Amino acid sequence: MSGPNTDYDPVEVTPLHAEEVERTRDEALKAFTEAADLAALQDAKGTHLGEKSPIALANREIGALPPQARKEAGQRIGAARKAINEAFAGRLAVLEAEHEERMLATERVDATLPWHTPELGARHPLSLISEQVADVFTALGWDVAEGPEVEAEWLNFDALNFLPDHPARQMQDTFFVEPAGSGTVLRTHTSPVQARSMLTRKPPIYVVVPGRVFRTDELDATHTPVFYQVEGLVVDEGITLAHLKGTLDHFVVSMFGEGLEARLRPNFFPFTEPSAEVDLKCFVCRGASVGNPDRPCRTCGSEGWIEWGGCGVVNPRVLQACGIDTDRYSGFAFGMGLERTLMFRNGVEDMRDMVEGDVRFSRQFGMEI
Amino acid sequence: MRVPLSWLHEYVDLPAEVTGRDVGEKLIRAGLEVETVEESDLTGPLVVGKVLTYDDEPQKNGKTIRWCSLDIGKDEPQWVVCGANNFEVGDLVVVVLPGAVLPGGFAISARKTYGHVSSGMICSSSELGLGDDGTHGIVVLEPGEAVPGDDAIELLALRDDVLDIAVTPDRGYCLSIRGVAREAATAYGVELKDPAGLRLTGSGQGGYPVRVDDAAACSVFVTRTVTGIDPKALSPRWMQKRLLASGMRPISIGVDITNYVMLELGQPIHGYDKARLSGEIVVRRATPGEKLMTLDDQTRELDAEDLLITDDSGPIGVAGVMGGASTEISDATADVVIEAAHFHPIVIARASRRHKLSSEASRRFEREVDPLLPRYAAQRVADLLVDLAGGTLEADETVVDTHALPEPTTIRADHSARVAGASITIEETLRHLRSVGCTVEPAPAGAVPAPLAAGVHAPATEVGGDDLLSVTPPSWRPDLHDPNDFAEEVIRLFGYDNVPSILPPAPGGQGLTVAQRRRRRVATALVGAGLTEVVSYPFTGAADFDAMGLPADDPRRTTVKLVNPLSDEEPSMQTMLLATLLRTAERNAGRGATDLAIFQTGLVFLPKGESKPAPLLPVEHRPSDAEIQTLNDALPDQPLHVGVVLTGSRTPTGWWGKGQPVSWADAVQLARTIASAVGVEPKVRNGEVAPWHPGRCAEFSVDGKVVGHAGELHPKVCQAFGLPARSSAVELDLEALITAGPSSIAAHPFSSYPVAKEDVALIVPADVAAAEVEAALAEGAGELLESVRLFDLYTGEQIGEGKKSLAFALRFRAADRTLKENEVADARQAAVQVAVDRFGAVQRVG
Repeated sequence: MSGPNTDYDPVEVTPLHAEEVERTRDEALKAFTEAADLAALQDAKGTHLGEKSPIALANREIGALPPQARKEAGQRIGAARKAINEAFAGRLAVLEAEHEERMLATERVDATLPWHTPELGARHPLSLISEQVADVFTALGWDVAEGPEVEAEWLNFDALNFLPDHPARQMQDTFFVEPAGSGTVLRTHTSPVQARSMLTRKPPIYVVVPGRVFRTDELDATHTPVFYQVEGLVVDEGITLAHLKGTLDHFVVSMFGEGLEARLRPNFFPFTEPSAEVDLKCFVCRGASVGNPDRPCRTCGSEGWIEWGGCGVVNPRVLQACGIDTDRYSGFAFGMGLERTLMFRNGVEDMRDMVEGDVRFSRQFGMEI
Repeated sequence: MRVPLSWLHEYVDLPAEVTGRDVGEKLIRAGLEVETVEESDLTGPLVVGKVLTYDDEPQKNGKTIRWCSLDIGKDEPQWVVCGANNFEVGDLVVVVLPGAVLPGGFAISARKTYGHVSSGMICSSSELGLGDDGTHGIVVLEPGEAVPGDDAIELLALRDDVLDIAVTPDRGYCLSIRGVAREAATAYGVELKDPAGLRLTGSGQGGYPVRVDDAAACSVFVTRTVTGIDPKALSPRWMQKRLLASGMRPISIGVDITNYVMLELGQPIHGYDKARLSGEIVVRRATPGEKLMTLDDQTRELDAEDLLITDDSGPIGVAGVMGGASTEISDATADVVIEAAHFHPIVIARASRRHKLSSEASRRFEREVDPLLPRYAAQRVADLLVDLAGGTLEADETVVDTHALPEPTTIRADHSARVAGASITIEETLRHLRSVGCTVEPAPAGAVPAPLAAGVHAPATEVGGDDLLSVTPPSWRPDLHDPNDFAEEVIRLFGYDNVPSILPPAPGGQGLTVAQRRRRRVATALVGAGLTEVVSYPFTGAADFDAMGLPADDPRRTTVKLVNPLSDEEPSMQTMLLATLLRTAERNAGRGATDLAIFQTGLVFLPKGESKPAPLLPVEHRPSDAEIQTLNDALPDQPLHVGVVLTGSRTPTGWWGKGQPVSWADAVQLARTIASAVGVEPKVRNGEVAPWHPGRCAEFSVDGKVVGHAGELHPKVCQAFGLPARSSAVELDLEALITAGPSSIAAHPFSSYPVAKEDVALIVPADVAAAEVEAALAEGAGELLESVRLFDLYTGEQIGEGKKSLAFALRFRAADRTLKENEVADARQAAVQVAVDRFGAVQRVG
């Protein structure tokens, strides 16, 4: 701060004159109020709050006053400055708000316009459903196991109790790998991964196996030579058919909703004994369409149940071939076709849509199924 | 197996009102795969009529129609037009009246024809679904068989549901009415009248001479001889109807009867024309070079492993598969030799496969036929020939029988309950085992349970004691030998629905593997970049390789090939995903999607060079680790790849301005995206490999190993696949990238001191890669360098021909202090110096 104003020359405002201070103050307040925009307000600020403004000059003169007058003058000037500053800030806030409002109004766009960055792509629904199945079982503490697609015949068939002359082996229309007698095939099911899991892991084994498999079917609306399965295998002490049912019921609920269940129908598979077909309670009509011609159900054909896959108690001969102690352990296995699952779950009508690679098929799903 | 419901009724005391659908439902619950139930679509009125009058009326079209009046049990006669003429006044015929629907959905109404109003129609055999009765005309009933007005549907049993059952390989016995009837009887809890429960009239000796040289392959061989049949006799309507309903075509009385008995009992029968047999029948293996013309008039080269039926003339049949033409029954056959034999299933399965000949007989023998059946089946055929064709049955009978009966298996009484995890009582177990035909006795003292009773020593549901049972399967169930085989029978009859549902607690898992997680991330990243995932078949061939411009000696032309590909043009498994992904792009482009961004992940198949066949190892025990290794060694390498194809515009033209066409740089950037999604920073340099543009291809490597390429496709490749010019593509070995990813990432502290920014512009020869200059700067700048980024690229007059200017933004920062100006200047100079030394770079000033 400067020292006492020795060459005291009272100009414009005499700090001691209350009316002068009040007039100065009122002029400033009036100027601020009348400022129509931010530029005018800035001008007024220079005039009434700037270094050369009367109130600033008056303030500067306080130091030159006689000591007995300083206190009163200081208070008076201080109060006036406070009022002017507040008036300025108040007007500034108002004008800024007005300005912003005008600006936002003029900047309005059509938010429905498209933009040039690529839209989100899409997963193939077979991948999505594979991952969903994997997630259901990893949540149960199972592992996701995998294996090669060109597979040893022994693992694809013999180890699974499909013996060379058994009709079941002929029923799986197999692609054989050259040269004839190479002992290798395109796997006809994901089940060789069962054998691999048992050969490389020690019980307890809880694995789920999604994967691509091959059979020499011609492509049509309901068949494809290359398709996806998901398979489950459990080998542990005391495993029973009841555990298989419990697992399938849980699987059905996880994939199709609460209150649904699986149903088993006796069947034959070489690698399981006892064996069964898995039906799924229709998730659309929940059985209400059965015997009810007024409420037909397209999803289940008014059967109330949908055929879903195969399952059974692991045939002890399979355990034996894979080195599992059949005295101590038993197991169960199940498998489903994922194309078929998508067909009835998502209403895909033609198998060809799933395998031809038309982007429109994947894109209708995006990242959810 | 097609099963007419009326045939089941004959042997099972089913409730009278039961429908095919009901029976089908019960059989499904018992484990038969009933695929369809064909319900007859025939509805009446269909009545017996008596011909009162008729007039033959010649027509302009050359036909003669009959205008008939019929007594159908009403006051007024019924007038109909009939095109047939095989009836006389007074004959009883079958008349369908307006409002009825005949088989095949053929609705009948009164209609004007040939100048009359025909109120219905007189029916032929085939119109009623009864097959061809040989008359080429309408059905004439026997006098006194009915009276006018009788319901013909009931009279002729015309309405019959048919169950179509897909018989699984373990249930060979269900390839017969007898087998299905047994299941139906069990399902309904009623008695079975065994159709094989016949009185045998044969003497057991002295029949047509037979010698069996291979008893292991042919354990039973029975012949009966029926003489003096009327070969012109017609098979009765009911038999033709059942054969037709079962999917077999009536042929002649002799053939129809053998087929009928096969369907009924499950025992394939062969009939020989005795006059055409010469000498002893010998059952033996073929000798190389032998040939046989089979019933289908094909001459077949025989294999040394084929089991043959022969006589003095040579082969007269491939045992259990198909008979020979030279001895077949014809419409001149008077004396018939009936063969009913038991052949080993594997012998028949192999012969059937070898000759690509699957017959009704081979399908049954492959699944093994009841070895006790041959004598009964031969008796049944003989009885029918006598009854229906007027033959005489000789009492002499040949019976060769060396078949061993099934051995008992010792199982725990509670084994089924333990397998099921359900409370199945011992009493229920015994009842179910007996109902499938097993003989069950307490096991003799000292017996031990059979092996392969998995898990019986584990703690399981307590349902019974440790009693042991000795269970002998019935002769028609060769599939029952292991403890679990019996358990399945018990549990299916106990009812799968009655087994509780218990979710087994798994031990804690570790979630997805690192590789599985990373694959998902790559897919998510690509989708985020706007790509759409597709799938395609992995089959490829020379046309794809040519289209991709692979040189003749390109290793990717060396493929894993299939013996039996879907198409001869695509015999190979893909060695690169682009082989099939480009075809997918082509298909999409053909469907109008020319702006395309697609990706696929999948295995490629890389032959290992010389590899030994994968052995068929034994199954009685675990193979050794060395043996498992031989299996894996025989397989090709199958790494997981990711492929991307981009075509057309990467960003569209729009209100914001012009869009961006797909460029090599989009592909390279996506490859970088893939790598960074798995935490890998690959080395990138220019590459030159098909199918890419030789000057617009980036090669990616990790730890010195090339992991793939990205860039613009060669113009010829775009052309060959019908893709827009400048289409671009990526193919990376995703497995190698994933493996190279970090196991974990250590966090580095970051400095809060100020950053110093320096720009450097360097003029280098045009063929120097920007990435290498960047690497040189980074190397020279030392540890104070925080980041380096190329921000400008310039070529032109100002810097001269063959040169380019690269401008980099360098950011320096120290962890522990504010950098002084001279420190930054020194670091910058050191960075530039390495570029100068390495590439002759010149700093561009101003």
